[in-house]
Amino acid sequence: MKHSSALSPNMSFATARLPAGRSRRAIRLRRHARAYVFLVPSITILVVFVGYPIVQSFWMSLHNWSFFATVQPYVGLQNYENLWHDSRFWGDLRNTAIYTGTVVPLQVCLGLALAVALQRNTSINKFFRSVYFFPVISSLATMGIVWKFLLDPTIGIITHAMVAVGLPDIDFLESTTWALPAVILVGVWKGVGFSMVIFLAALQDVPESLLEAATLDGAGPWARFRRVVLPGLRPSLLFSSVIATIASMQLFDSVYVMTGGGPIFHTETLVTYIYLEAFDYSQPGYAAALSWVLFVLILGISMLQLRLFRYAEVN
Amino acid sequence: MVLAAERKRVRRKAAISDVPAWARRGGWWWGLSRWTKWALLLGGAVIIILPFLWMLGASFKPESDIFGYPLRLQPTHPTFANYVGIWHELPFFRLLVNSVVFAGGVTVCSVFFDSLAAYALARLRFPGRTLAFYLVLATLMVPFQVTLVPLFQLLFKMHWLNTYQGLIVPRATSAFGIFLLRQFFITIPRELEEAAQAEGASEWYIYSRIMLPLAKPALATLAVFYFMTNWNDFLWPLVVTSTTNMRTLPAGLTLFAGEYVVEHGVLMAGALISLLPLAVAFALAQRYFTQGIATTGLKG
Repeated sequence: MKHSSALSPNMSFATARLPAGRSRRAIRLRRHARAYVFLVPSITILVVFVGYPIVQSFWMSLHNWSFFATVQPYVGLQNYENLWHDSRFWGDLRNTAIYTGTVVPLQVCLGLALAVALQRNTSINKFFRSVYFFPVISSLATMGIVWKFLLDPTIGIITHAMVAVGLPDIDFLESTTWALPAVILVGVWKGVGFSMVIFLAALQDVPESLLEAATLDGAGPWARFRRVVLPGLRPSLLFSSVIATIASMQLFDSVYVMTGGGPIFHTETLVTYIYLEAFDYSQPGYAAALSWVLFVLILGISMLQLRLFRYAEVN
Repeated sequence: MVLAAERKRVRRKAAISDVPAWARRGGWWWGLSRWTKWALLLGGAVIIILPFLWMLGASFKPESDIFGYPLRLQPTHPTFANYVGIWHELPFFRLLVNSVVFAGGVTVCSVFFDSLAAYALARLRFPGRTLAFYLVLATLMVPFQVTLVPLFQLLFKMHWLNTYQGLIVPRATSAFGIFLLRQFFITIPRELEEAAQAEGASEWYIYSRIMLPLAKPALATLAVFYFMTNWNDFLWPLVVTSTTNMRTLPAGLTLFAGEYVVEHGVLMAGALISLLPLAVAFALAQRYFTQGIATTGLKG
């Protein structure tokens, strides 16, 4: 980045002339041109398929947009105002918040416990690690089908096992009380291995000498964990929870497959609503406004997490 | 020296005696907590693999077996019928091909384009480099859903909806991949290229013969990451494709599951086959999966 200042734009054409007859400026231009060639594919794709759609998305949110119309009526902030009065939006926001607020702490804490328990490189530990990691490589949509069958009142092995041990017979995915917890369970199931792997990598970097010193100073296992290991894990705690939060707030696959947002919107999330507004109800302007609200929420919460962790570091 | 060692010994003794007798290694508490730990680990592992086990069992069950009572994981009358049926009851072969083309295409293009851009940003000098770098970083922050709606319209106008290029091209590079590889390229010592440059090697030669071979582990990690996320992706293929013969595996299987025309066993056979490539790759190159997650973790 600093090197761009090394280029001197005021070098005159005449003095730069080389014995070979080619100006240095021409050589430099050529070198720049070759650098741009390396960048062209990526920058073109990013501008056309990411940059332009971001701007367009905001533009759409200011219109009563329809996909196939020639005239798009400008409505200003009307879409955002409608959102504010849309109880379905608030319900979806609530569901997304509950999902994120439970999945992220559960996933991070269980992942940390697993990493600590499976830290040593024994073959049995390696086996357990692979098992816990396996859901991470599976497709949430496809496994959503399987979970739906597991929780089914007629063929569901979980439902039957619950009845067999005397628990109530619950149709999880049709129950307004239990559908969201079921989706949360699948979220934790899918994500716990992800956090575990991050913590396993970080645990390797906790210096052995520090732990030994702490033992010598009379620190028990718990004190060693709290005072030595945990501070060392702070960056990965932050990383793991920020990533898990962003992914949770964008939840779509398992909800779409398992409940379709039902029963009566009790599992509908913000992204499910964006999808439906845009592609089922043909309200792309409204969907775009929704997506900007999601963006601002994600950005705000990520900033907050960063800030909180930094405070913790100072104290 | 002797004194120091003696002090150390005494202190270590003191440290051990801080732990009450019942909690020491070999005490009853120690034994109990060990057993609890393993019981919990095992219980958790059972919950984790239950869906996979059920899927495996159901894929070998005739439909009557799935509804049979009492319910069990393993089939009572094992059958291969579901694995035969899958190919003609669903356009399964087509879904499989689409998934390979989509995930494979995105992976190949992305790794190639990302590495080109990353090399330029890490090593070449040109006006606007800082700007280009920040531009790339800025797109990293915006969630994919923000671009989804306008992208659909853009692909519609380009007549790219329901095509392979529509699926692949918008994903053929990612800010995240460029950023990751750039960070890797910066760590490669400059001496190697400088020697090549002194002998008049071109940028292309340096990129393809020096940088790429050195970056193999990073490229493999990124490739595994791209293949996995796109193979498993659901929302993007769901939006871009509209006919059954263009769907990828997750989107296709899910829609068939919703229609209830397909038998459960057939669907589970399909789910299992769609899991297989990643499961095999995971067994062979676990390192790249966990590395990819530990260093990257970003999705979408």
